[in-house]
Amino acid sequence: MRISRASLFRIALVLLFVAALEALCRTGIIGCLTMIPPSEMVLALIAIVLHADWFWTDFAYTVRNLVAAAIASILLGYALGLLIHAMPRMRRALEPVLLSYYSVPTFVFYPLLVVVFGIGPLSLIALGTIFAVVAMLMSTLTAIDRIPRGMFKVARITRLTPLQTLVHVKLPAAAPHLFTGVKLAVIYSVIGVIAGEFIISTAGIGRRIAFAYNDFDNRTMYGMLLLVISLVVVLNAALQGLENRLHRRWVRRT
Amino acid sequence: MNRRTLDPLLLIVAAIALWQVLFVVAGPDAIASPLATLQRLITLGQDPRFWMNAGATLAAFGYACVLSIAIGLPLGVAVGAHKLARDVSEPILSAFYSIPKITLYPVILLIFGLGLSAKVAFGVIHGVFPIALFAIGAIRNLSPSLLRTARVLHLSPRQTATSVLAPAALPEILTGLRIGVSAALLGTIIGELFASSQGLGFMLIRAMENHQVADIMAVTLFLFLIAGIANAGLLAIERRLQWK
Repeated sequence: MRISRASLFRIALVLLFVAALEALCRTGIIGCLTMIPPSEMVLALIAIVLHADWFWTDFAYTVRNLVAAAIASILLGYALGLLIHAMPRMRRALEPVLLSYYSVPTFVFYPLLVVVFGIGPLSLIALGTIFAVVAMLMSTLTAIDRIPRGMFKVARITRLTPLQTLVHVKLPAAAPHLFTGVKLAVIYSVIGVIAGEFIISTAGIGRRIAFAYNDFDNRTMYGMLLLVISLVVVLNAALQGLENRLHRRWVRRT
Repeated sequence: MNRRTLDPLLLIVAAIALWQVLFVVAGPDAIASPLATLQRLITLGQDPRFWMNAGATLAAFGYACVLSIAIGLPLGVAVGAHKLARDVSEPILSAFYSIPKITLYPVILLIFGLGLSAKVAFGVIHGVFPIALFAIGAIRNLSPSLLRTARVLHLSPRQTATSVLAPAALPEILTGLRIGVSAALLGTIIGELFASSQGLGFMLIRAMENHQVADIMAVTLFLFLIAGIANAGLLAIERRLQWK
């Protein structure tokens, strides 16, 4: 595999930044109570993964919840998107609400969710879902908007039923733009679930970070932070790569 | 009354009805009824402490906005204008955008301590990345023929920037500003949830701890209205610029 010049520069830039941080921490310009050196974060994370008895339970708890939230928000967002797209009047009225959705801190509804679902996985999944669903919904709307009109005409000429139109026309033709929504829904589910764990929860990675902070346990805190950040960076890069490939194929075909 | 004004009204009525149904199903322990929320909001509105808190949030939000724009916009424009710089930094910026920044709160607190600067920093780390990313996108999506035309007309670099590039990139940059400003508000409120003894976010966390459901709902409604109005205004400006 050939690595592009841009990727090389990017890796160099990140390494330079990490090295600078390491130097600042080692020389004491950044105090060890504020931040531990990056190399120590890696060691701390390895030690946690290998030795901490809570690690795998908490990790599995978080992963399970965010997978559930991602699936729920993708399916719900797609279904709502189809429904709202079919009702133009409804859509026109709803659009300003949808557009300002992400400027309201959804997390303030979390205590209410806790009251309804109890402290536990269900309220975390619900928080992740209500945070992520609107991104999927909006992407579904744009994705269907961008299907060329001709495709629907062909569907009508070949007398497809509405269900057949959905499966054979709407879904494949809208796939690349739908995937943008999937990408956002996954990332937002991660943010929602971990944020929820951070605020009120009995287990999970977010809970561990909050615990460690309250206990002044910087090694655990930075180790887990490193884990969260690496997880999101890898996930983001993988989804972005997939999205680029889908879009390229789509551009070639049309 | 025509459909343009009627439909949003119908939607508001439907939303309030849905809220009332939820209230009946979930009970007063979970959510407050629309009427109780409104009454609470009106009582809060007469309390000078509420406005003091709103003012504290507004001040932090103002600083966060100014800093997000002052850092994000030049960064995005400078990086967007250069292909290699763009290819190098766009994935890094988008990765930062997707980190659950709430988990960085201990780090922010350790660096800035409790108080205004931590809140502002929280707002900025939420707001700066969308602004920069949209500015990069705006510059990238400029049609190359615009630059060629500018060259044919012998425009100076400054004339090119002000009379060709800026108007062409403006709509998308504005979208970024709208999303960035929204994110900065979200960040400021989240910052106040943890790192403050003042502000609407602080009111929220205190209401959460004491389980004052009506207070949570009233403050949330207030935020939703403010964010909605600000967003609608910015959206209207955006639409008008796209029309031209």
